[in-house]
Amino acid sequence: MPVDGVERLRREGRIVIVGASLAGLRAAETLRAEGFTGELTLIGDEPYEPYDRPPLSKAVLLGKAGPHRTELPRRRELDATWRLGVAATGLDLRAKRVRLADGDEVQYDRLLIATGVRARPWPKEPEARLDGVFLLRTRDDAAGLYGRLKAGPRRVFVIGAGFAGCEVASACRERGVPVTVAERAGAPLVGALGGVIGSVAADLMREHGVDLRTRVTVTALEGDPAGRVRAVHLSDESVVEADVVVVSLGSQRNTDWLAGSGLGAGPRGIACDAGCRAFDFRGIVTDDVFVAGDVARSPHALFEYQFLSLEHWGNAVAQAETAAHNMICGATDRRPHLWMPAFWSSQFGVNIKSVGVPPMGEELMITQGSTAERRFVGVYGHKGRVVAAVSFDNTRWLEFYQRQIERGAPFPVEHPTLDRRPGDRRPVPADFPDPSLPTHAAMVTLSGYSPADTRLVFHPARH
Amino acid sequence: MRLVVDLNKCQGYAQCAFLAPDVFAMHGEESLVYDPRPDPGQRERLARAVAACPVQAITADGLDGSPEAAGAR
Repeated sequence: MPVDGVERLRREGRIVIVGASLAGLRAAETLRAEGFTGELTLIGDEPYEPYDRPPLSKAVLLGKAGPHRTELPRRRELDATWRLGVAATGLDLRAKRVRLADGDEVQYDRLLIATGVRARPWPKEPEARLDGVFLLRTRDDAAGLYGRLKAGPRRVFVIGAGFAGCEVASACRERGVPVTVAERAGAPLVGALGGVIGSVAADLMREHGVDLRTRVTVTALEGDPAGRVRAVHLSDESVVEADVVVVSLGSQRNTDWLAGSGLGAGPRGIACDAGCRAFDFRGIVTDDVFVAGDVARSPHALFEYQFLSLEHWGNAVAQAETAAHNMICGATDRRPHLWMPAFWSSQFGVNIKSVGVPPMGEELMITQGSTAERRFVGVYGHKGRVVAAVSFDNTRWLEFYQRQIERGAPFPVEHPTLDRRPGDRRPVPADFPDPSLPTHAAMVTLSGYSPADTRLVFHPARH
Repeated sequence: MRLVVDLNKCQGYAQCAFLAPDVFAMHGEESLVYDPRPDPGQRERLARAVAACPVQAITADGLDGSPEAAGAR
């Protein structure tokens, strides 16, 4: 677009943001902050203004924050049109129109897609409808679950030991509620952090009184005649009585509404370039459709240009800011999204944080502290360089390792370090599951080199 | 008043928990728990906590005493 075109867009263009959560809000604020004075519309399927989700599985379940009181603070006034409680149902790329569930259509000059993910539901619908069976993604989910926890259930059963499942189990134990956790893999958090760290997380859970069952799957949820859940049946033929079940099987990307639109959107999200511009199904980049947050999948220069899907709070903020900037500037002023992946979790009194992309690591070295003390740093290596680090109650080291990742520092880690323990410091296999198998809990989806990619087929609709 | 803490940035210095103990609390050795919608009576303490955070991890609105947003703007 010629410069006067960009100027006109900034002055009087129409920008539509689909997805009114963290990424959508921060993008809208950035657009205004960078001088966009045209029409701004935010569309969200939930009837609430943007709210923060991480507290829903932590402070909210502990009663330290209200489930309906986590609205995000605003960085500035937006002067936007809000279409809340109405989902986007379709996209016409040629006509530049978004279709809404209420039949309305919204015209755009630039579109940002930030529709995020939803919780993967329990696959058997009649069982999923039983009273006492919960997902945990929205604030309504959290309000329902908190209500049950407060009432003092006999036992909570958590299906899936990813971060969300572990945090729910932690909140239960802190409230004195008995809890069983079932995980298909050999330990909690294996998708995100691998089996070595997973076994530390498993010990931590058991020390806090969690009945952790690994290498099992749930085969059925049993209800009573009144339609309330009362027991959970497992693949090892055991049966656990529980009056609350939390289904924590990871997430699904909200791309269904784009089926047939011609965008490169599918179960792994929406592929985009490093400048957040969406690819169409042919792999050709679009000029007016941008993507940010959990639903995006973008190449990262530090990680072999793999297309990363990051379900990380910080990624949603950073990618939204970059997308918004690139939406209203000329081609040579665009910036790449090169955010260093990072996340945190708080469970069983331990602060777990990470930088980089742990699932990319084949090997792991404990470089500070010790796993036995539950206070350590683990560094992940891939092809002879540092690609990630994880800390348990040792966050002060992560910035250092972030710099190491950015520099492509060698692995095994050679530098002399503080707070080391005697003993064997050789790297060990990080023990991640086969990437082509589904895991409950990976918060990073790697692709580009994954054999599973060949199974994804895009079927463009005929217009 | 609404607030959010970027817990990627947070290093657990706990300055906020000293300055506004009814809003922020340490949970374990370095995890932080906070109330994202504190009472208006916490305004001054919250403002001090935002200013004191060594890593500038706290974002808050409504600190100037302006009326809270009535719904989406």
